[in-house]
Amino acid sequence: MIVIFGIFLLTLLVITAIAIVRTDNLFVAVMLMGIASLLIAANFFLLDAADVALTEAAVGAGISTVLFLSALALTSERERAKSSNRVLSFIVVAAAALIIIYATFDKPRFGDPEAPVQTHVGPWYLEKTPEYIDIPNVVTAVLGSFRGYDTLGEVFVVFTAGIGVLFLLGGGAAAGSLPQEKINEGLRHHLIPRVVGRVLIPFILLFGLYVQFHGEYGPGGGFQAGAIIAASVILFALLEGEKRALSVVPERALLGLIACGPLLYGAVGVAGIVLGGNFLDYSVLSSDPVKGQQLGILLIEAGVGISVTGVLLAIFHAFAARGR
Amino acid sequence: MTALIDTLSWVLLTLGGLAVLIGGIGALRMPDLYTRMHAASVTDSMGAILVLVGIMLQAGWSLATIKLIAILLFLLLTSPTSSYALASAALLAGKRPFAETQQDEEEMK
Repeated sequence: MIVIFGIFLLTLLVITAIAIVRTDNLFVAVMLMGIASLLIAANFFLLDAADVALTEAAVGAGISTVLFLSALALTSERERAKSSNRVLSFIVVAAAALIIIYATFDKPRFGDPEAPVQTHVGPWYLEKTPEYIDIPNVVTAVLGSFRGYDTLGEVFVVFTAGIGVLFLLGGGAAAGSLPQEKINEGLRHHLIPRVVGRVLIPFILLFGLYVQFHGEYGPGGGFQAGAIIAASVILFALLEGEKRALSVVPERALLGLIACGPLLYGAVGVAGIVLGGNFLDYSVLSSDPVKGQQLGILLIEAGVGISVTGVLLAIFHAFAARGR
Repeated sequence: MTALIDTLSWVLLTLGGLAVLIGGIGALRMPDLYTRMHAASVTDSMGAILVLVGIMLQAGWSLATIKLIAILLFLLLTSPTSSYALASAALLAGKRPFAETQQDEEEMK
């Protein structure tokens, strides 16, 4: 039954992808990409990857749609007329597709117990997590502790991406010089979205914190929570105007958040060295190694959440500042 | 009792599925944006309520039910709001209702 659902969702995904390629209206393409992300998220959920599904739904369908829309506000809605060299690009794409299809022949079958993912380190993680870290969500244990280096790398990728976008867009430095009140008001004249937004935003924030701090027990963690918290502030900015959102979380605070996340993560790693362990070895953080692991994961997840929130909000404000 | 709740839940789920199907057909068949939104709102309201209550009956009294109630409340708050935002954005962008444009065309003749 699950296989049928999976095939159904993947078919819809292929149809959406073809529609994205075929449309020349960029607005439609953005909306379809949101739908594609939601379909992928549903498919991840079918495969029991709830953490990844949550990330994909929050970032792919939520935040990136908003960011694409704010980018679209800076450019035209229509795609530029296609250049003449379509044959060449078709050949390149077809060759790449054939190589990828050929590569899939070597992949293990779906759910194969002999697949490397089931026989390599996977069972070890499942077996040792209760002993070393003692938290129910093995995904968080792998992400935070066993694979702490990879997650540190991911945080730095987010950090670098944020800095890159801020450099490209000028970081909203010009925001103060253009006092265009009118565009700046958001949806303040529309009572219904405003009232509903006011009711919902505290709960969205609360849910973000729940996802952040419940990541050790259920699906969730810093990446998802960061996206959800950023979404609630973006909703506030859309409803009440950029200016009020910036007075709640000012630009300087955002830059601080962006720097704080990787710093906190790195500091936890260095603390491990100082206390006589290895880099990112949380066992030495407390007298009880298991407690130390849990503390370390809590701290680095906080670092991830802080930096994701900061980067997403800074990118959103940078786009909005350009639009003014 | 269990059989009764089970039957009731399946009836609700089937009705909810029907509501979603009707909403989908309506969204495809209606002539302009506003009537399409009207049709699609069947999915948001009846579809969501029936399906979620059906699942709640399956879940019984548990944490899952409370989460489902929260989801239902969230949907009931957000979907009319987003419909309102969509409709007013369309109106601001100058999209006119189908009936009005048809009337104009008849008057032109």
